[in-house]
Amino acid sequence: MSTTPQNKVQRPLSPHLQIYKPMLTMTMSIVHRITGIILFFATLLLTWWLIAAAAGPEYFVYVEGLLTSIIGRLFLFGATWALLHHAVGGLKHLLWDTGRGFDLKFIEVLAKGSLITSIVLTFIVWAIAYGVR
Amino acid sequence: MTMRTPLNKVLNLGSAKSGTQDFWLQRLTAIANIPLTLFLVWFFISLSGANHAQVVALVAHPVVAVGLIATIISFVWHMRLGMQVVIEDYVHGNAQVILIIANTMFCALITLMSIFAILKISFGA
Repeated sequence: MSTTPQNKVQRPLSPHLQIYKPMLTMTMSIVHRITGIILFFATLLLTWWLIAAAAGPEYFVYVEGLLTSIIGRLFLFGATWALLHHAVGGLKHLLWDTGRGFDLKFIEVLAKGSLITSIVLTFIVWAIAYGVR
Repeated sequence: MTMRTPLNKVLNLGSAKSGTQDFWLQRLTAIANIPLTLFLVWFFISLSGANHAQVVALVAHPVVAVGLIATIISFVWHMRLGMQVVIEDYVHGNAQVILIIANTMFCALITLMSIFAILKISFGA
């Protein structure tokens, strides 16, 4: 009766991620999740730094030395962008939670705007941090 | 023939009245995270180039200490719910259960260690 073993009918599968043309809105949705995962692990750095401060000056100097090395700064710069991007993207999601902002053109503006805003904010924060030291 | 009433058959099988709890707490902590993110950014900018004594002095300030503890609790609560959704999306079966438990353990550890460090600094050790 059936053409396949186990008596299963071959049904069409719904299209999955890889067959779509990558769109900015879709990419921003994935980036929101990825930045969330990055921030999940970045809390290890925050906790480690707090523990170091509580442990005393010698250990703090050691940890601070690692975090302010070139590689440490790259990590922190990336974490800053991840935090600000997830925050700005989060504002967008909170707007959508109220049932507003679903106009297709506006969604495109939000996607571009959140990306640009997060990058600009990251550079501003680091510029201020270097300016006040 | 059973003596059970139709009502008895369905009791305790429905919603535990907490179906939207995770959804709601994800949004609640998201809203709290907006001012807390601004606070954290201010905190780190103020400590740019600071030495250990300056870090300890700022963390020990009661408003800053409470702000940091609030940030840790709200951030970690938010990320635990978020990571659980990620695990539920991509991992299935026993591995999913193990990872969800590991997620909770990780978040508990991060919270406890951070809060202990903040309190130790605050109470002057």
